[in-house]
Amino acid sequence: MIVNVLFYVFGAILVLTALGVITARNPVHCALFLVAAFLNSAVIWLLLQAEFLALTLVVVYVGAVMVLWLFVVMMLDVDVEKLRQGFTRYAPLGALIALIVVAQIGLVVYVRKLGLDDTAATIVDRPAGGSNTLELGHLLYTQYLYPFEIAAVILLVAIVAAITLTMRDRPGQKVQDIGKQVAVRAKDRVRIVKMDAEAKQ
Amino acid sequence: MIPLSHVLLLSGILFSLAVAGIFINRKNVLLLLMCIELMLLSVNFNFIAFSHHLGDLAGQVFVFFILTVAAAESAIGLAILVVLFRERRSINVEDLDSMRG
Repeated sequence: MIVNVLFYVFGAILVLTALGVITARNPVHCALFLVAAFLNSAVIWLLLQAEFLALTLVVVYVGAVMVLWLFVVMMLDVDVEKLRQGFTRYAPLGALIALIVVAQIGLVVYVRKLGLDDTAATIVDRPAGGSNTLELGHLLYTQYLYPFEIAAVILLVAIVAAITLTMRDRPGQKVQDIGKQVAVRAKDRVRIVKMDAEAKQ
Repeated sequence: MIPLSHVLLLSGILFSLAVAGIFINRKNVLLLLMCIELMLLSVNFNFIAFSHHLGDLAGQVFVFFILTVAAAESAIGLAILVVLFRERRSINVEDLDSMRG
């Protein structure tokens, strides 16, 4: 019962923070609202017994990705007022679209029923002491091993892409030219002088 | 026990808020990317709800991969955004018309 109450409380906060993301005036506030939304989702995922993913969401998303977001948002000098032109003009259209989408999803979920809640009734909660992380790890390192490695490659590609995109050479910047370094021969750099031995003074 | 339909409805509301956000913030590339993050979050909600109610962990594995791809996507998106801002001094969608699309 307490689980249900917590679900509704955090679900309501989640919807409010999502509203904050799309309506806040300052992009920094938007990013902070998004952080709050992720934290609330993590709580709801905990309630749905996806403990590992909830913690991953907090550590990876709130801890790493959103910090990256905040860096970028604060680095860019954005003219907010110019970007918000047409906000009120398009707000009714946006609200209309949102209402239509919600109505459609509500129709699918409630009217057609899909037999969803019937299957739910047969599910028992996982017994206490079972480890979500352990089960997920078993699955990831056996059945989903290749997708897991592809995910690692995707992250590597993302790192390389992000670095090559943002790297630039400023004038006056000191950089190595690897080609020139490799092409250098010893005789270009070192001069050997033959000379007679000198008597000790 | 949380009813499955309520979780699905919550994720639907989240998704539609993100769609509305794309409509009303259609000039700001930063906010468009944030709305895409919200959409991915709501999709993850669906996966986790079904994984919980069907007792099948495959849904959580999918969420794991979606999180990975979303992190990669936001890293590359933000890199493109930084380069864009350096070139144009603006992140307004209407200024990005050099390809006459």
